[in-house]
Amino acid sequence: MTGFMTQQLIDSTYILAAVGFILALKWLSSPVSAMRGVLIGEIASALAVAATLFDPQVSQYKWIIIALIIGAGVGVPLGLVKMTAVPQRTAISHAFGALSAALIGIAEYYVAAPNVPKFEMAEIGLEVIIGSLTFTGSLIAAGKLQEILPQRPITFRGQNYVSLSVLGAALALMVTLVVHPELTHLFLIMVGVALVFGMMLVTPIGGADMPTVISLLNSYAGFSAALLGFVLNSKVLVVAGALDGASGFILSVNMCKAMNRSFTNVLFGGFGQIHVSAAGAVEQRPVKSATPEEAAAILSAASKVVIVPGYGMAVAQAQHKVRELYDILTKRGIDVKFAIHPVAGRMPGHMNVLLAEADIPYDKLLDMDEINGEFPQTDVALIIGANDVTNPAARTDSTSPIFGMPILDVDKAHTVMVIKRSMAAGFAGIDNPLYYLDKTLMLFGDAKGFVGSIVRELSGGGNHG
Amino acid sequence: MPADFISSLFVFILSAFLGFEVIKRVSPLLHTPLMSLTNALDAIVVVAAIIIAGRHESRLSTILGLVAVAASFSNMVGGFVITDRMLHMFKTGKAKKP
Repeated sequence: MTGFMTQQLIDSTYILAAVGFILALKWLSSPVSAMRGVLIGEIASALAVAATLFDPQVSQYKWIIIALIIGAGVGVPLGLVKMTAVPQRTAISHAFGALSAALIGIAEYYVAAPNVPKFEMAEIGLEVIIGSLTFTGSLIAAGKLQEILPQRPITFRGQNYVSLSVLGAALALMVTLVVHPELTHLFLIMVGVALVFGMMLVTPIGGADMPTVISLLNSYAGFSAALLGFVLNSKVLVVAGALDGASGFILSVNMCKAMNRSFTNVLFGGFGQIHVSAAGAVEQRPVKSATPEEAAAILSAASKVVIVPGYGMAVAQAQHKVRELYDILTKRGIDVKFAIHPVAGRMPGHMNVLLAEADIPYDKLLDMDEINGEFPQTDVALIIGANDVTNPAARTDSTSPIFGMPILDVDKAHTVMVIKRSMAAGFAGIDNPLYYLDKTLMLFGDAKGFVGSIVRELSGGGNHG
Repeated sequence: MPADFISSLFVFILSAFLGFEVIKRVSPLLHTPLMSLTNALDAIVVVAAIIIAGRHESRLSTILGLVAVAASFSNMVGGFVITDRMLHMFKTGKAKKP
């Protein structure tokens, strides 16, 4: 039978695809082999899609081709967004991934209803709940990142109980459906409740916790695809979903460690309450400030400079000015490196991508663990738009809300310069003792403008005479 | 428990384990491309969507399947395009073309 042969051929293609996926991730271990990884991932995916189109179960092509064209039409622009928009693009893609997994689960249920075996019903129910909550959760995350929605945590009294009750309701509906799979209207209600829970899960979470939330949603999207693989008995989905889920999970754990917080703390609001009490304790203390001219003079006298970028650099779009500064200082024989905290920015690796886009060589971008030992030999640590990740209180003050969080040891450098708009506290509302040190100079102004002024000073100064 | 479930669980556990081992080694430098690449790979859900849409079991399942085809295929295309773009930006000082 030709149909049988075709099915075997399709299955073999899926096995090849699964191998390709694993190789793709393996080769992502270093920037040198990473391009090869993407290529093998593309080939694997293209083969799997092509093979599926030959599946004898597929009878009509017209609408499928149209859907593929629409998908490509939406996908290409989403692949061409500016690097600063990558976090929200990522959230949107989590939403799309979860949406398709949920829709397929819903279709499977309505095709099988009213006679759905108990076990399959439980699989479908769980899959659709995770897919649905990830869909709305990711949309809310994207809205916050795009600043359509407020970035601050939105909370109310008893919120966690309400959220957990909503999740409980969704699970209770699922259990009811396992017993009575013929209650098709209940299924729809379950989907609705899961969608609401997704919104409630992400709405209370603040902008600076986005790296963890995005990673967690990544993991959920992966696991919903894997669960769909269980429902459809499709091993290639199980493999891809497990890889995506594992990746999101590892990143979430990394992000939590980098903030010294637990999953439950991020999800069920830790900073919301601290916000108020800590902000009240801020007292006015004298700080030293400097002009671009003074900053330029100090930088040109240095032999080793470490730049610490944060979300503020991304907001001010200052990365290209920072590259100019890097070029000028490097040309003068000054050793310039970048210190990247794991949670700097709005998603894992955000700063690296922005700086790489600005043409800064990636061997100058150092991880927290790699750079921390170098601060004592550093002449100038220049902080651009980062705050809490440089707060020495995390190391020394056991009463600080961020005590125990691993930080960049910028206070060990000989001179610290901080570009900041004003003395306002960071996201966590915590005062930063770094700013009051004798060795610290505050450079008040917009990141892009201030770095630009320093660059002008260094690259001639002729205009000023 | 159905036999299909056991075999899927088998595959899931091995893949997740392999995923942990492989992804642990990805440099933090590339965590953003890692996320966009896994997103693109995860979009393999499109094969299930094509089957659902192609089977024509009911009007509802066909429509849901088609929407899923578009949503997951956009992830596949967009995920690869952006990962490719990002990785092209990562250059060493020496490798920079004069």
